[in-house]
Amino acid sequence: MLKVSNVSKNFGGVAALRGVSLTISKGTIAGIIGPNGAGKTTLFNIISGLYPQDEGEVFLEERNISFLSPEKLVRLGLVRTFQNLELFGRMTVLENVMVGLHTKSSSGLLSCALRLPKQRKEEKRIVEEAWKCLELCGLAEVAEKEAASLPLGQGRLLEVARALATEPKIILMDEPAAGLNTRETTGVADLIRKIRDMGITVVLVEHDMELVMEVCDHISVLNLGQKLAEGSPREIQDNSAVINAYLGED
Amino acid sequence: MKKTDQILFFAFSVCILFLPLILKESYILHVFVFIGINTMLAIALNLLLGYAGQISLGQGALYGLGAYISAILSAKYGVNPWLGMGVSAVIVSAVAFIVGFPILKLRGHYLAMATLGLGIILYIIFNETVDWTGGPSGFPGIPNLKLGSLTFDNDVANFYLVWFFALITMFLALNLYQSRIGRALRAVSDSEVAARIMGVDAWLLKVKIFAASAFISSLAGSLYAHTVTFIAPASFGFNFSVELLTMVVVGGLGSVFGSFLGAAILTLLPEWLRVFHDFDIVIYGLLLILIMMFMPRGLAGLVSHLKAKVYVESK
Ligand SMILES: Nc1ncnc2c1ncn2[C@@H]1O[C@H](COP(=O)(O)OP(=O)(O)OP(=O)(O)O)[C@@H](O)[C@H]1O
Ligand SMILES: [Mg+2]
Repeated sequence: MLKVSNVSKNFGGVAALRGVSLTISKGTIAGIIGPNGAGKTTLFNIISGLYPQDEGEVFLEERNISFLSPEKLVRLGLVRTFQNLELFGRMTVLENVMVGLHTKSSSGLLSCALRLPKQRKEEKRIVEEAWKCLELCGLAEVAEKEAASLPLGQGRLLEVARALATEPKIILMDEPAAGLNTRETTGVADLIRKIRDMGITVVLVEHDMELVMEVCDHISVLNLGQKLAEGSPREIQDNSAVINAYLGED
Repeated sequence: MKKTDQILFFAFSVCILFLPLILKESYILHVFVFIGINTMLAIALNLLLGYAGQISLGQGALYGLGAYISAILSAKYGVNPWLGMGVSAVIVSAVAFIVGFPILKLRGHYLAMATLGLGIILYIIFNETVDWTGGPSGFPGIPNLKLGSLTFDNDVANFYLVWFFALITMFLALNLYQSRIGRALRAVSDSEVAARIMGVDAWLLKVKIFAASAFISSLAGSLYAHTVTFIAPASFGFNFSVELLTMVVVGGLGSVFGSFLGAAILTLLPEWLRVFHDFDIVIYGLLLILIMMFMPRGLAGLVSHLKAKVYVESK
């Protein structure tokens, strides 16, 4: 589904990624873990087209997507969420999700300003689809609230709801459970499985080990910009290099 | 458009329709012609600043460009003023579209500087191409617009002429706000990276809205030229761009009715502040600072805040 091949990225003197290669199979939940500063978010930034890599390539279903812009990638079915919420703060929760349907609609500047019949019909469809995403993510009650006013838990869910609205084939989630309480985290775990069951491939970056071990089919570990290990949750838990990397940090 | 906005817009249009019957041929009606023009200009800037979150300090000059092209076409070449108005708007928005591509790659202060530069360049052109524009002493003898036997050469006719365009502008801007493109613009304003991840081509969209803003500004410029029949560069300089910015901020970023309020207050203000003369830009600066500090959502924000308060207390 997604293949990262030998990707490197430097920020000035900092080597954020050093020759990282990963393969993510279709229909799975793939975890990427690693201590703070390991390069997980940087990897997402490169895959999703926000940063150019210094070296290496990225493939989506055999297609070379290195250096494609985010607005192109979402049309190919690749979307992501943000660790530091990037919600449209002054828009309502519903409107946030409606922006997610941007590529699934086509009304231009003029037909929007003139409110042509075709545009109105499309607008109705956008609202309906957006509600479905909100319901799926349990945000229906707060639909009319301003996104900036949401507590962290619902903000993280909105990141996911908005991404799902793009009807992705693969979704990259950057710490969807960070800062959440146990009950909220369980909700996120259920949602992630639901998304996988919809046929969407999930790549999950997360620090909450319990969550990662519980939902992931396969896990890769990054440390200091390099891949340290990969395997099933069981294998990773028993891997001494991984344990050292984490213990070394704490 | 939201239901409340629809009702408000309808009520507003009716008020405008009957205003000349109440005000008759008074001075205030004369001022309302300019409030109409400034409402168009404020909305044009609001599309950029309030909707898309992109600053422009060159709006006054785009307005001037529309006015001069209309003046030159109609007074020098005898082109029908209506046709000239359309041609100006197309030319000015084309200029904005082309200039927009490099300029709208920039953000924040850099964008402010670049649009300021655009404004200054155009301002110099208005002043220096004396053969075309008449230079600093101005461009007289611009013909009035005509419709059949009706000539738009008095305040009542001009009032209806200008407000016809201003109301259409308000209507279109209100529609746009609650639409796919309006949401995309506001998304770019709140988080450009997230908007791009959602598939919004932020750069192209910003360029398009800049061109649309220029189109409206140019129409306002043409209306100004044909109603006043005399134009001079001083009306289209940096001071006026700052005045427009103040209108939008006072009225409330993103609010169409706010833009009208801002335009009305800032158009009436100089009449009240005659005593300060030449210091008007200082007053605008002060106003900008105070509003940003104490009322960041402008008058429109204040109104909805009060509404919410009344609502809570009446419960
Ligand atoms: N835009 C940037 N400019 C400069 N350095 C950066 C930038 N983005 C990331 N870095 C650096 O790259 C390294 C990897 O950061 P990254 O955010 O990818 O880590 P992470 O694995 O996501 O960490 P965390 O678990 O804390 O989110 C860090 O040293 C960070 O300081
Ligand atoms: Mg990170």
